[in-house]
Amino acid sequence: MIGTDIPRFGPGMKLRHDQARDRWTVMGPERMFLPDETALEILRLVDGTRSVDAIIDDLAARFAAPRAEIGADVLAMLADLATKGVVRA
Amino acid sequence: MTEPPLALLAELTHRCPLQCPYCSNPVALNGPGEELSTAEWTRVFQEAAALGCLQIHLSGGEPMARRDLVELTAAASAAGLYTNLITSGVLMDAPRLAALRDAGLEHVQLSVQDAEAASADRIANLPGGHAKKLVAAQLVRDAGLALTLNAVVHRQNLDRLPDLIELALAMEAGRLEVAHVQYYGWALANRAALLPTRAQLDAATATVTRARAELRGRLVIDYVVPDYHASRPKACMGGWGRRFLAVSPAGRILPCHAAESIEGMVFPNVHDTALHAAWFGAEAFTRFRGTAWMPAPCQGCANAEQDWGGCRCQAFALVGDAAATDPACALSPHHHLLAEALDEAASSDSSYRYRRL
Repeated sequence: MIGTDIPRFGPGMKLRHDQARDRWTVMGPERMFLPDETALEILRLVDGTRSVDAIIDDLAARFAAPRAEIGADVLAMLADLATKGVVRA
Repeated sequence: MTEPPLALLAELTHRCPLQCPYCSNPVALNGPGEELSTAEWTRVFQEAAALGCLQIHLSGGEPMARRDLVELTAAASAAGLYTNLITSGVLMDAPRLAALRDAGLEHVQLSVQDAEAASADRIANLPGGHAKKLVAAQLVRDAGLALTLNAVVHRQNLDRLPDLIELALAMEAGRLEVAHVQYYGWALANRAALLPTRAQLDAATATVTRARAELRGRLVIDYVVPDYHASRPKACMGGWGRRFLAVSPAGRILPCHAAESIEGMVFPNVHDTALHAAWFGAEAFTRFRGTAWMPAPCQGCANAEQDWGGCRCQAFALVGDAAATDPACALSPHHHLLAEALDEAASSDSSYRYRRL
């Protein structure tokens, strides 16, 4: 994935709040993942309209962190999530 | 502490147009008159969600044989459950699938019996069935729903595993489940005709390993390995009463869909027991939960909390004792039974005893 790509959830993939356990879970076809904190922050911004760049801008501003550093983390995380089928460009 | 379950397998009916000789339904099938009503299933779904279930698998038999499937799907979705339809596809049409999607269905698991039509139709004992499945896959794609292709594999179709992978790609499935037959119930009755050879298994495992690497990011392949060539048992259901519960068409609340094959166990029924009470309190669930029930050599074994002693149904089916170590484990005193079954299968023909009501 590159900065101008617009990530969206893969087929059948959803981020849902698990009320019984009070945590966020990625639901997929006969699978579930527990996203770590970084993955969760990114996935909450995946809405089918925001680009990767926009997601990086948002997180860099919110966490007052160097954009290059956040950018590398976001791209690595999105690549990992894409391999699992959770997101796609 | 006992955690709540993550998923409910709702076996809505045992009616099915197919007669696969390895069907996971019990040998004593529920008749249509025993099936829970729409209102009863709706209550079960609400109880499951309140208990902590996140996903529901609407299964059977053939769940599309239930005329109220759209209503049931809407009820599951309204309860907050991620809804998955496990279907043979032979009763599917575009308007019904659109109605299911609009009712909140999120994923379809479609089964095929083989990659080759004549063989697939013989396995299901349904002429023309495979062709209908190919149409169903297209309908699922057209409806914009996520698709998993499920292929149950055994001696009579395992050599076509590469073709099954190609079929999953042609259907644009996101996921392929390659499930070796598990031998209880119907499959146990047909074991000699179904057990694969070691050479077949090794070739299949190599095929899956290669395909996973080549298709990374494009197709997820889940692989359920066969017990009979193993030296360690599988963690059946992720451990008894740990992650899943099932409800039979007649409303019996089960730790796994095959549990009724264990003679002498008494299972609660949704007619008189809430899912919460069954999960936390019924003897059917507490009996084999955790590690305290385990006999030697499981007791104290370093793998006890990895494989949870293997499969209780298999222990009962092969040893006659559901509390025995799964004979799939090389440490079981009954492990030789598996090698003997493989020897028997090597000299057996390929005729089936088909699954019928």
